[in-house]
Amino acid sequence: MRRVLIVIAAVVVLGAGATAYALRTPGEISVAVERGPVELSSGRLLFVDEASGKVASVPLTDPSGPRRVSSLSCKRFYTSGGRGLCLADAAGPLPGATAVFVDRGLTERRRVEVDGVPNRAKLSADGRMASWTTFVTGDSYAQAGTFSTRTAIFDQETEVYASNVEGTSVAGMKTTNDMNWWGVTFAADDRTYFATMSTAGKTYLVRGDSTDESATTLRENAECPSLSPDGKKVAFKKRVPGDGARPWRQHVLDLTTMVETPLAETRGIDDQVVWLDDDTIAYGLPGEGIWAVPANGEGAPRQLVPHASSPSVATG
Amino acid sequence: MYIATARQAPASGGTGRIAGNVLALGAVSLLTDVSSEMVTAILPLYLVLGLGFSPLQFGVLDGIYTGVTALVRVVGGHAADRWQRRKFVAGLGYGISALGKLGLLAAGTSATAMGLVLAGDRTGKGLRTAPRDALITLSSEPSALGRAFGVHRAMDTVGAFLGPLVAFCLLWTLPARYDVVFVVSFCFAALGFLVLVLFVRDHRDVLPRVAVSLRNAFGLLRSRPFRRVCLVACGLGFLTLGDGFVYLLLQKKLDVELAYIALLPLGTAGVYLLAAVPLGSLADRVGRWRIFLAGHLALLGAYALLAGASGITLLVGVLLLHGVFYACTDGVLMAVAGPMVPDELRTSGLALLQTGQVLARAASSVLFGALWTWFA
Repeated sequence: MRRVLIVIAAVVVLGAGATAYALRTPGEISVAVERGPVELSSGRLLFVDEASGKVASVPLTDPSGPRRVSSLSCKRFYTSGGRGLCLADAAGPLPGATAVFVDRGLTERRRVEVDGVPNRAKLSADGRMASWTTFVTGDSYAQAGTFSTRTAIFDQETEVYASNVEGTSVAGMKTTNDMNWWGVTFAADDRTYFATMSTAGKTYLVRGDSTDESATTLRENAECPSLSPDGKKVAFKKRVPGDGARPWRQHVLDLTTMVETPLAETRGIDDQVVWLDDDTIAYGLPGEGIWAVPANGEGAPRQLVPHASSPSVATG
Repeated sequence: MYIATARQAPASGGTGRIAGNVLALGAVSLLTDVSSEMVTAILPLYLVLGLGFSPLQFGVLDGIYTGVTALVRVVGGHAADRWQRRKFVAGLGYGISALGKLGLLAAGTSATAMGLVLAGDRTGKGLRTAPRDALITLSSEPSALGRAFGVHRAMDTVGAFLGPLVAFCLLWTLPARYDVVFVVSFCFAALGFLVLVLFVRDHRDVLPRVAVSLRNAFGLLRSRPFRRVCLVACGLGFLTLGDGFVYLLLQKKLDVELAYIALLPLGTAGVYLLAAVPLGSLADRVGRWRIFLAGHLALLGAYALLAGASGITLLVGVLLLHGVFYACTDGVLMAVAGPMVPDELRTSGLALLQTGQVLARAASSVLFGALWTWFA
């Protein structure tokens, strides 16, 4: 009988402890908010507000000042050419995502249901070509529970939708089941793109053609490319030796000379960075907000917006 | 060398009382499985989305521990026999795994620390399985061993069933609070450990004084019946496709959304849970080895359905046969092998058999994985 009482006491104590732990309020985030509509108009930096999980904006001239917060909830948001792409969690306990296309006033124009957990989202410079990446579990045989990526490309003009670009043929490589693609960035012709392709444990920077569904590899060990506005440089993260969860160093590759330069940011960036202009990139760091660093390897990183992630600059 | 105290005893099994020790071990396994399956269900999400590990990195972390657990199993089994302290070794295993849940919180974003914590968790699992199964065989009537294992595995599977549900419900109500899932998981594991300490009794009969050495443990393989069981179990293990592959094929053939692949194992577990006791009793009556082999026929049937059937026949048929396969083989094999090994070497013998099975399955998984990657 005494043993039963001990077990009951343990259930009560452990249950109370776990409940207390769960209800413990994680440190409140306080951010200055100003009234006003969030619009995709030039001169504003758009991002996902960490306090609310909603799309917000600040003027590029005063990024750390008060922010305007919308009612659109996204895990990942990107704007370009006056249009926006919001990748959100689908409702329900099973992993799933929704890609929501919005106009200048953040009004929904179209939505696509997607498998997996939201990870990357990007539009071409004029806002026409959309691409996004999700993580999907159970897709790989060898290890139950591991992830693979799904990358989709959607042409808003022709409405051609490739839900998974894995069928793309890579010059000089046999198409295998373990090929994963992620982090697409479009060039100005709305057809050429750069992306990451991984196979046999290695990652490659590839240049692809979304119409021909073909691609060529440019170099090894490069993930999440982002093309500069002038189309001359590609920023990407490169895996470097290290113990942490984010063993990456951001580099910029000059497409004319094919010379790559490590940037001054030494913390591991796990993000598809954006270009503020032809000389500066911006990126999110988990728990540390949005930062910017010069693209030529000099200078030092500076914080743009605290308590924020998923930056992009409104244009058009 | 003397073998078999009660090999295939007369057909009296099926109705006798289940020993209190077996029920206690079942409760321990239930609680521990809730705990470990909670973590298994969300670990990939946590590592990749919570911590930002790359999916490839996670695969590496996950893949390298099979060899470690194989070694630990044999050494743990040997230690339990040498000191005749099965409960202590099993308790060590349960305790290490429980502490590992808190280790997950502490490991943070360090890949090395995370690797160590996961290796510790596997070590705990490797340590506890053989002494636990040995205790079940030593606490039960030899004639009702199949049923005893059926009861234990059914309780165990209830835990495996509840774990993912608890984890996903927690994450649903408290989004992204992986830490809460780990804390709750620790609470279940701690309760399991407590039930083990308070309610499980070690087997304290005076055993014949036979020198327990690693050499004697491996010497068990000189006995023909036991060697045959080990060889056949390993051979069949090598020919068995991993569960992940079965569910993947099912998802591909049914063309359901990938998200639902997480629900398919619940179907198998449900059938296993319901069929474990009746099939265990049946094994006691008609012969355990026969049922073990019949289980593989059920699996063959599942593969045939995967190749030929479609629609609801495919879904229900495959999950049903897959669950029956587990109910016919998992606990039943231990019930077959237990009585073939003398009491004082019981844990070593079962550990040897389990290790062989684990290694055969790992080899088959690597082989099929490579074939799938390159030829599919």
